[in-house]
Amino acid sequence: MTTTLARPESASRTPAPRVRTRHRQGTACAVLMAPFFVLLVVVFLVPAGTALWLSFFGADEPGLGFGPEHTIFVGFRSYAAVLADPTFLGGLGVVALYCLLYLPLLVVTSLGLALLLDSGVARLRGSARLALFLPHAVPGIIAAIIWLYLYLPGLSPVVDLFGKAGITVDFLGIHTVIPSMVNIALWSNLGYNVVVFYAALQAVPREVIEAAVVDGAGGVRTALRIKTPLIRASIVMVVLFTLIWSLQLFTEPMLLSQATPMITARFSPSMYIYDAAFTRNNYGLAAAASVILLMCTIALSYGVTRWTNRTREAAQ
Amino acid sequence: MNPPKFLGRAAVNTVVAISVLYTLIPALWLVLAAMKDSDALFGSDILSLQGFSPLKNLQDLFAMDKGIYGRWYLNSLLYAVGGAAVGALVSIACGYAFDKYVFRHKEKLFGLVLAAVMVPQTVLALPLYLLASGTGVVGTVWAVFVPVLFNPFGVYLGRVFSQGYVPREVLEAARIDGAGELATYFRVSLRMLGPGVVTVFLFQLTAIWNNFFLPMVMLSDQKLYPVSLGLYSWNSAATTSPEYYPVVIMGSLLAVLPLVLAFALLQRFWRSGLTAGAVK
Repeated sequence: MTTTLARPESASRTPAPRVRTRHRQGTACAVLMAPFFVLLVVVFLVPAGTALWLSFFGADEPGLGFGPEHTIFVGFRSYAAVLADPTFLGGLGVVALYCLLYLPLLVVTSLGLALLLDSGVARLRGSARLALFLPHAVPGIIAAIIWLYLYLPGLSPVVDLFGKAGITVDFLGIHTVIPSMVNIALWSNLGYNVVVFYAALQAVPREVIEAAVVDGAGGVRTALRIKTPLIRASIVMVVLFTLIWSLQLFTEPMLLSQATPMITARFSPSMYIYDAAFTRNNYGLAAAASVILLMCTIALSYGVTRWTNRTREAAQ
Repeated sequence: MNPPKFLGRAAVNTVVAISVLYTLIPALWLVLAAMKDSDALFGSDILSLQGFSPLKNLQDLFAMDKGIYGRWYLNSLLYAVGGAAVGALVSIACGYAFDKYVFRHKEKLFGLVLAAVMVPQTVLALPLYLLASGTGVVGTVWAVFVPVLFNPFGVYLGRVFSQGYVPREVLEAARIDGAGELATYFRVSLRMLGPGVVTVFLFQLTAIWNNFFLPMVMLSDQKLYPVSLGLYSWNSAATTSPEYYPVVIMGSLLAVLPLVLAFALLQRFWRSGLTAGAVK
């Protein structure tokens, strides 16, 4: 591994670096890094390579076993099959709609709350932040269980309350099921992102804000025109991580599918992969879908980074 | 005070209060629902003062399916605490080495680590499963314990913490004293990195406790399930036999407690971790 080629940081400064010291440092560096890189190879590089390999190879006689003698190169056949499958494209559409609803909602509400908490006007800021953060300590599957039971007629006090007022609500209907999942995700992640934005806002130099106030900028103007651009890096980071996380949409629909026929076994791309791999045992299809999902993730991350770099240049 | 400013203040506090209610009410519902007997639960009689039976609900939970919930809970503790402890030490050591040593292709390797952060777990699930079944570990503890040790974001945090907490002068002083590199790491640097280790530990503890996809793929024996997967299977049973609903609710409440406790006790650590992750 390249880590064994380590040399001391101070080598350039001290004119006579001793070879033995250099060697010792190289060994130490390798020892410290080895456990992580062993894991990287075993649970990341090898599986990623396997996924790629599986997506290009398939059994020539499906159903007759997967022995090596039956495995042949099938080129892009699995990819073509995935991309021609309306359930996979439907899953991509679901995730796109989910992101379009969730991402702006999450960023705007958490940034808004962080700005309100930072403005110094809100009371009990510490307790408010802790209360908002609480759902982040609730595991995703349990957050989904809580909300599922709040959506289910018969269990839910909310549905019951609406019912008494003569309004029938169906949180798991065809038009409401995606917003219902967005709500679960928002509940889980709102406070976490408020804390992230708040921490970034606290790091904004106070002189900058004082200067804005002296110049006559009001609270709202300072928040939107001065503070928000200064924490751009945090906003980009939140957008990026939320996007990657949203593309994997799995836990919530998987749990909700137990209660509503609106969620099929291939509702999201991740569910499609799970279904292809473990229900239909079609490894080539699952692997090709995985690679496509990965490509979408990379393309979107690249797009976000490029877009922010361009707007930053335009702003300067 | 002039009226508009007063109004603005009231509006700000109202918005914050509504948001706090939004996050707290579902959590409160979980606590209340776990305390109620099933008549009150199904009668949507959550807010009344009658029908409390917390002790019976607890008994039911630990009696259901021959007390398998206790087993799940211990499994989760083992996977999460063990995995997070080992994983945090591995990641921090690697992040430290990235910060303190110079070697060829360092930034390229670090780029590979960062790229690994972005790869969705679902993408790796099938090959990991095939790998596990090829080596015969599928269906065993190792199939869910080993993959979760891999935490590339922890390496990133480790590098950031190492920059912040361990001054280069300390290493140079130790070198002049003739101390070995590894001895210096374990005796001096690791202590200075303490808060960083706790932060990565906590993040990873949450991630493993939340993990649901990997156990679902890898495990078939119910006795090895973590709480998350166990509750999922009980919830699917509840659609046909509603007597599972009360135990799922009580089980969820108990499953939330360790993380809430960990976050409350270790507040000052994860706060610093969040800032390190976000501002850089």
